[in-house]
Amino acid sequence: MPLHITGAADAALIDLPWSIPLGAWPEDRIAALPRGLSRHVVRFVRHGDSVLAVKETNPEIAHKEFTILRDLERLGAPCVHPVAVVTGRIDAAGEELAAALVTEHLAFSLPYRALFSQDLRKGTLKRLIDALSVLLVRLHLTGFYWGDVSLSNALFRRDASEFSAYLVDAETGDLQRSLTDGQRGYDIEIAVTNIAGELYDLQASEDLDENVDPGEIAERISTRYEQLWRALTETETLTSNIPLHVAERVRELNEMGFDVGEIDMQQVGDGTALTIKPKVVDAGHHSRRLMRLTGLDVQENQARRLLNDVDEYRSIHPESGDDENYGAHQWLRHIFEPTVRAVPRNLRGKLEPAQLFHEVLDHRWYLAESAGHDVPMPVATASYVKHILPEKKDEQAVLGRSLAEMTAELPALTAEIGSVYEVRDAYENDNTHGWGTVPEPDDAEPPVVRRETTRKPVTTKPRARTALSDAKKAASADPEV
Amino acid sequence: MATVTYDKATRTYPGTDRPAVDKLDIDIADGEFLVLVGPSGCGKSTSLRMLAGLEDIDEGAIWVGDRDVTNVQPKDRDIAMVFQSYALYPHMTVAENMGFALKIAKKDKAEIRQRVEAAAKILDLVEYLDRKPKALSGGQRQRVAMGRAIVRQPQVFLMDEPLSNLDAKLRVQTRTQIAALQRRLGVTTVYVTHDQVEALTMGDRIAVMKDGVLQQVGTPRDMYDTPANVFVAGFIGSPAMNIGTYQVFDGFAQVGRGKVALSRETIAALKTEDKSQVVLGFRPEALDRAAPNADGAIPVAVDVVEELGSDAFVYGSVPTEYGEAQGINFSAGESQVVVRLDPRDVPKKGETIWVTIRTGEQHVFSSATGLRLTSAPVISKPIIK
Repeated sequence: MPLHITGAADAALIDLPWSIPLGAWPEDRIAALPRGLSRHVVRFVRHGDSVLAVKETNPEIAHKEFTILRDLERLGAPCVHPVAVVTGRIDAAGEELAAALVTEHLAFSLPYRALFSQDLRKGTLKRLIDALSVLLVRLHLTGFYWGDVSLSNALFRRDASEFSAYLVDAETGDLQRSLTDGQRGYDIEIAVTNIAGELYDLQASEDLDENVDPGEIAERISTRYEQLWRALTETETLTSNIPLHVAERVRELNEMGFDVGEIDMQQVGDGTALTIKPKVVDAGHHSRRLMRLTGLDVQENQARRLLNDVDEYRSIHPESGDDENYGAHQWLRHIFEPTVRAVPRNLRGKLEPAQLFHEVLDHRWYLAESAGHDVPMPVATASYVKHILPEKKDEQAVLGRSLAEMTAELPALTAEIGSVYEVRDAYENDNTHGWGTVPEPDDAEPPVVRRETTRKPVTTKPRARTALSDAKKAASADPEV
Repeated sequence: MATVTYDKATRTYPGTDRPAVDKLDIDIADGEFLVLVGPSGCGKSTSLRMLAGLEDIDEGAIWVGDRDVTNVQPKDRDIAMVFQSYALYPHMTVAENMGFALKIAKKDKAEIRQRVEAAAKILDLVEYLDRKPKALSGGQRQRVAMGRAIVRQPQVFLMDEPLSNLDAKLRVQTRTQIAALQRRLGVTTVYVTHDQVEALTMGDRIAVMKDGVLQQVGTPRDMYDTPANVFVAGFIGSPAMNIGTYQVFDGFAQVGRGKVALSRETIAALKTEDKSQVVLGFRPEALDRAAPNADGAIPVAVDVVEELGSDAFVYGSVPTEYGEAQGINFSAGESQVVVRLDPRDVPKKGETIWVTIRTGEQHVFSSATGLRLTSAPVISKPIIK
């Protein structure tokens, strides 16, 4: 069977060394090693100007995952972008190699382990969990059952002062019209177990303070999920001031970042009460509004922050008029773009522009606090570029050029997360079946399965059921064979 | 430990007409290893998920022990899905890997230790409890993953195609381990696979499903020797049974130029809808070489011979005169019949050999309904619509 690449309209994919097992790909191809736990061999691979994530698995799973990711993307769920499935790989000796799933590495994203060090603050941990619970709610809203919710199966991106989480591993997932309560509940149960396990493991490798209680932190995903799910989907019964309450409900959802596409309203009781239930909720309310006003494409919390700044600008500059479009454009021209341009070219790869702007806003606040008066943006920007940005440790030496572009190790947060993650053993988190370097013990007896083929199962029908079937028998007089 | 009962359980996905699982009715004994098997889309995974609480049950009920769990949340059903995730945490010891879920459930330390040690004993992992997963072999790591489910001490284990990710060699190794482990533990287990070889080697009983309907449930031997209908006959066994529809003349089925005698009972069971035809099935190994034109002998024109050392398989066609076989199901590609022969006496391509079906090893089914015509001990009544 010849090599078969399906999915991407990218001829350059053929140039990758598919006839070598992924674990043995040459160093100069590798952009970075995975830093999460993974059942499969995964590598981040240089490809032109971008970075691809390549995962070895079997063809059925690769195709299934590819389709799911593509469908999820179309539905607007936050996930990595699938690029291709590669099958029919054989090595130089003609032996079959595993199929590969290729996805685009999410720029400026971090695996959770990159954030951990001894000085990790509980706050950061909680924010990661919150991001994961929002991701899970969004996935469940699109009808996607994850099946293996964990920190390792997600990537995190800084989103203003929060994180946004993105689905990376869809292997165990299933896309349905809508999920049953049982499915949602089970996904949460898996999440709590997996997250606790990951945190216990971090404690065991001394990457997490032992005073943190993994069980308690893991429970947080359950509570946050329930809160958000209820707010988004629960049915409210209203008896008075109905238009006001409906508007209020929609506004609350907007605040949380969700647009309400449809509301289901039904009269109940004797017609005096009305139940309302949001039916179609789409995340990204603020990012859509910012996109409309400025053309900037940023994450939700970043958008919220920038919109606040736009509002502030408009109030300070009443000459921008009542038209919010015009005001937003003025803000873009006079505030946003000059700030971003003030960063020297060689430092621009470290941060997304929106994240950078957010950082500068924070820095400006700190400057204003210590100075005791307002600090204009150009001054704050200059100070940030001069003092904060360069002090950021250069990660080039550790894992390769592209990693600096990929990871947003923000100087302003260095105090929070401590020094840059040091890779002790590059492959130590490679939790794959490709570990197989330990042979089976010699004295291992092959297990013997003895089946008694004449064994007829003796079933004890539950009493209640027998009574029921007896009743049915009496009623229908149908003989049971 | 407990029994599991599917009581005419039905699941119809919203927006579809046909149920994904249609009035499934099975009684699973305490400690039994039951395999749900069938082609893709037959409803086996849906049935398992109904038991797990991941699918709504639209009609009927499901019982675990003497509890009706139809409307009970998954985590309260006292079942454990095994192999949902192979994740082993590299920095934790084997004992910690097996027991941390109990820590989250706030079980006290002594009980956790006791459960972990008990599981380790069954899994032959006692001396590895303090090691890290990296120091274990592949097979041992699999067992640690199983240990995570065992320490929860559920009433029922559920496994949904757990071997599908593994390469062939590991698959054979692991399925034997799982089956042996289940016997040691004695916990009721419901196991789903599309692979009938897995079903035959692992299950105490097998339940074959097709299009949401249970076709037959019985021991592997029963399913193999006495399939209840054409589908089961063709599905179980590899290489598959030779199955074809043949005309009945004078108490004989006309198979090419050969006549195969049918019992009086079979003839009596024929109805008008059958249009004097029967579906005849015979396994490749149920055939003996015979003299040309002998009583009941069928001529087979040899197309391909495969010599496997211990056996030889002849893939051939049944030359037709009148009475050609219609509606043939075969696994032999272009050819119509697979015959297993003594490797020391193989014919050549182009030759014609004559074979008879060994007494009692022919299977006769109604051509109208597909149901078995000859009487045979069947443990559970087949439900065919």
